[in-house]
Amino acid sequence: MNDAIVLKYPISPDDFTRAGEASSDVKGKLKQLGVSPEAVRKVAIAMYEGEINMVIHAKGGEITVEITPERILMILADVGPGIPDVEKAMQAGYSTAPDEVRSLGFGAGMGLPNMKKYTDDMRIETELGVGTTITMEVRLG
Amino acid sequence: MKVQDLIDSGEFAVVCQGEGAEREITKPFCCDLLSVAMGRAPAGCAWVTVMGNMNTLAVASLADAACIIMAEGASLDEMALKKAGQQDITVLSTEQPEFEAALAVWKRLQG
Repeated sequence: MNDAIVLKYPISPDDFTRAGEASSDVKGKLKQLGVSPEAVRKVAIAMYEGEINMVIHAKGGEITVEITPERILMILADVGPGIPDVEKAMQAGYSTAPDEVRSLGFGAGMGLPNMKKYTDDMRIETELGVGTTITMEVRLG
Repeated sequence: MKVQDLIDSGEFAVVCQGEGAEREITKPFCCDLLSVAMGRAPAGCAWVTVMGNMNTLAVASLADAACIIMAEGASLDEMALKKAGQQDITVLSTEQPEFEAALAVWKRLQG
């Protein structure tokens, strides 16, 4: 664990023009580190979905990525409204995204399901009015 | 078939030519809902869509698409075009509907 590479990215709310920059940066760094293309793709997709969720729903937050030879850990912590019903939010097709977000092609209710699908482990800690922290792990090798 | 072969075919107009022209195209993929494309677009696909905003490029890059094909004469908005250039993503376009555009790619993949 001592040799973990730790990356931190602040995420701005409501800024769709920059959404995806953190995920793209992580993707580039993982490629440089020689992580397998399949694992890179899983991390990129899961992290981007999380990043978009933070832009849409939260009032900003921070993503921390820890990389070791065994696994990539993504911790997405926001100070948003919290998720009232996690079970419902995990259902494909369920969405609370506003119309302006839908007009961009998002808000199909696939974010959390995609994050689960592309990671080996995902935990959601959420408290209404306080925020949400999602921890996702992609194992390597 | 490589991205360059698709460019050389003359079947599509070239909006932006990025790196990765030597990349193999695995299959065509049609989708306009970015949330769905993010989860379903196969790596190396030629992604056919009418959705041309900044986020289309982010999804294409992160889901590892080989190229984007704008169908129905749809175009990238100004910011997206700039981003495509910066990110070296190949974007092609056609007046054809999505199905026909994807079919054209599929036929070429069958050789």
